[in-house]
Amino acid sequence: MKRIYLDHAATTPLDERVLNAMQPFFWQKFGNASSVHSFGTEAREAVEKSRETVAKAINARPEEIYFTSGGTESDNIAILEIAYANRERGKHIVTSKIEHHAVEETCKFLEKDGFMASWLGVDKEGLVDLGEVGNAVTGKTILVSVMHANNEIGTIEPIVEIGKICREKGAFFHTDAVQSVGKEKIDVNKMNIDLLSSSAHKFYGPKGAGFLFVKEGTEIQPLMHGGGHERGLRSGTENVPGIVGLAAALEIAEKEREKENARERILAKKLLKGALGIENSWLNGPAIGPKRLSNNVNLGFDFVEGESMVLMLSDKGIAASTGSACSSKSLEPSHVLRAIGLPHVKCHGSLRFSLGRGTTAKDIDYVLGALPRIVEKLRKISPLRKGVDISEFEEDIEHVHGHEH
Amino acid sequence: MYSEKVLKEFRHPKNLGKIHNPDGLGKVGNPVCGDLLWIYIKVGKNKKGQEIIKDIKVKTFGCVAALATSSKLTTMAKGMTLDEALKINKEKIAKELDGLPPQKMHCSVLSMDGLRRAIEDYRNKKAGRIEPSKKQPSRSSCRHRNKKGNGKSN
Ligand SMILES: Cc1ncc(COP(=O)(O)O)c(C=O)c1O
Ligand code: FES
Repeated sequence: MKRIYLDHAATTPLDERVLNAMQPFFWQKFGNASSVHSFGTEAREAVEKSRETVAKAINARPEEIYFTSGGTESDNIAILEIAYANRERGKHIVTSKIEHHAVEETCKFLEKDGFMASWLGVDKEGLVDLGEVGNAVTGKTILVSVMHANNEIGTIEPIVEIGKICREKGAFFHTDAVQSVGKEKIDVNKMNIDLLSSSAHKFYGPKGAGFLFVKEGTEIQPLMHGGGHERGLRSGTENVPGIVGLAAALEIAEKEREKENARERILAKKLLKGALGIENSWLNGPAIGPKRLSNNVNLGFDFVEGESMVLMLSDKGIAASTGSACSSKSLEPSHVLRAIGLPHVKCHGSLRFSLGRGTTAKDIDYVLGALPRIVEKLRKISPLRKGVDISEFEEDIEHVHGHEH
Repeated sequence: MYSEKVLKEFRHPKNLGKIHNPDGLGKVGNPVCGDLLWIYIKVGKNKKGQEIIKDIKVKTFGCVAALATSSKLTTMAKGMTLDEALKINKEKIAKELDGLPPQKMHCSVLSMDGLRRAIEDYRNKKAGRIEPSKKQPSRSSCRHRNKKGNGKSN
């Protein structure tokens, strides 16, 4: 069966050019980058060259780039280690209600460890309010962490302005740019960013490789202690093939970014237009345009549940994802959809398509052929339809959950 | 994540839909993840004169496991006496489906509760109580909740 992958926000396939760049470092040039001999030096050279490539892509200096195992680790180092290194200055951090769990759970961990966190709300497009940021950041605030682009609904946050507020108030600014690196132009200087997390597998690089940008002069301490790799911030023998792959993937992504974004945006519009032809459907997040990642289309369909849709689509060869409570481990609906004000019952019917380099217009036609029938089939067997009163179940389906913050 | 049998049941569900003028109707909402299910029954008699479930249909707004267990439960219950049907429990349904993932056991509870309410509704109506199907307590007994992160991580 033909398979169509529309879950690029979850991960992307490795680009063949990246694979070719990585290959020698698995077996011919396998040296430990810390070794003095020639095996070590060729690995070291590759790591440092990669660091330069990455630095150039985001307008940083090579000394400001630290290689890690991915987005989760970068987020953890940034948040925990800024907090612990600066706790004498204040124990307050500010973040948003729509962060990835790697940030959300890390901030919650700090809350349990005596820090105070302020959770910024978002409007119905998923945008944080700059006035609220300004009010939340005080003299006691040591860190603000707001993501660049949201992984579920594709919202691009006003990080330039958030960074500016942080500079003025003397708080460090971290942004989780896992979804935006390689897709949106990043300039850490112009954007007032102190720390930035990124992960290679989201831009056609390998899994288990990422980086953290830390602006020179930022007080931070290591999470991993050991042999003092990565200038003491992140000990552990460098993942040389991963690092080489990350840099190669980023270089390609930067080169192709504008053309590819324009192409994906046209496809996203086509998908959206077709899908909204289905009755009782809507788009979650901002309209397709500058406030939204060009590859993200997050739809909602009344009266149907997302996990069932995802499996039926998968039976037709189509890979998508959902923020439905039923498809999460905790049986809670997506905290992002809740934060934009979607009631629980509507979160159930969310369906995320994230397009990528391999996506074609024909793929979109195929999806638009399959999707209406799937929604219709599930609606036929659903007790819900327009006008069905479910108020007697309100307590069960709405209030039992609800996010704590 | 799901067994072959669950997937098969999901792909080829039985008894989904609605019965017009049912003898009993059970409506339940799921306090664990927020899903809804309506069960409709028609009651007949077997040769011994015992009341049996002559026909049963279900409408489900829920996940793959909810749809599969609704379908399974209705096939199991069809033809059973009302008392037998009341003895179906979540373990029996799960066993018929070669097991369910632990966090999905509550989905089978939902369909069972729906059936119980439908039978209750029928018996109440028969006993002549006023509008019994209207205001039923809709809570399922299963209230376990897991407050960890929501597992959607990309
Ligand atoms: C916004 C965001 N942050 C962090 C992560 C975690 O990255 P990784 O999978 O590299 O740990 C992801 C993706 O999973 C993400 O989308
Ligand atoms: S019905 Fe929601 S998890 Fe099964």
